[in-house]
Amino acid sequence: MNIDLQTYAIYLLVMAGVTLFLRAVPFILLRKKLKSVFWSSFLAYVPYTVLSAMTVPAIFFATDSRITGISALASAVIASLLGGGLVTVAVVSCLTVLGVDGLLLIL
Amino acid sequence: MKFSDGVKDGLPIGLGYFAVSFSFGIAGSAKLLSWPLVTLISMTNLTSAGQFAGLQIMTDAAGTFIEMALATFFINLRYSLMAISLSQKVSPDFGTTKRLLLATGITDEIFAVAMSKKSVTPIYFLGLMTLPYIGWSSGTAVGAICGEILPAIVTNALGVALYGMFVAIVVPQMKVHKPTIFAVTIAVALSCAFKFVPALSCVSVGFAIIICALVASLAAAALFPMKPENDEGATK
Repeated sequence: MNIDLQTYAIYLLVMAGVTLFLRAVPFILLRKKLKSVFWSSFLAYVPYTVLSAMTVPAIFFATDSRITGISALASAVIASLLGGGLVTVAVVSCLTVLGVDGLLLIL
Repeated sequence: MKFSDGVKDGLPIGLGYFAVSFSFGIAGSAKLLSWPLVTLISMTNLTSAGQFAGLQIMTDAAGTFIEMALATFFINLRYSLMAISLSQKVSPDFGTTKRLLLATGITDEIFAVAMSKKSVTPIYFLGLMTLPYIGWSSGTAVGAICGEILPAIVTNALGVALYGMFVAIVVPQMKVHKPTIFAVTIAVALSCAFKFVPALSCVSVGFAIIICALVASLAAAALFPMKPENDEGATK
């Protein structure tokens, strides 16, 4: 281990503390129902825009080569369009990377 | 909505988390942290991208506590937006103490599932977060313990598991609610701009995600507001 236990503990405390603060404070303080159609629509779009911004282009760089990253995204989208759930789609994208990596090794 | 309903809905998330946190465990052991220390990070944070970034900063000789606080803040700021959304959805018996104790369960996937329900009770939410929490913690432990013995080709493939889950949440919504396609297109275009346009690539990843999500969601809300009776575009 390249850091001592005390340094680790402070890092952990900072990380966990900031994360809990971000989740708990708005959850506890903002309780009134939003009347505004605009703001409730905005909040309804948030999970999808966050997740898609996190996925593309990051997935292209999640593996050793761009080819496997691109095939992982393509296979995940296809599996999801065909009705695959969370686990199915995740497994399909992992297997695609394995398969394409295997093919690249052979070629 | 009973505890058991939540557990049932949380099962696929828990399984997915096991696979994803397995790769976090591998990353942690590669950074020479012992497996209990890697697992403790997962048990106290329950975040994906935030933890990976935190691990990087923690084990980087040049990392500082301030950098850790800022990176965690920006990468995880989206949870505040989710907490506000979820706050609109939960039942009236969701008191302050329950909110404080269950706030840790606000993750991308648990949040997305909770938002697809008509109303969310504390006991249902506790059930919903139980298996994901166990899956995330145990997956990290198993990954950190046996990660070293897996060949690189396998650990490489596990790196896309998290993104596969994200796709599985976004695509079905795009299928049933066309304006979401517009929102997602803007978010992806901006996100690519932050990565590939040299002048923008100095913006940190966490901050870039927030800007993408804010701009795309604001534009979609302005152009395609959702009708109140179908306020989440939910299918169930």
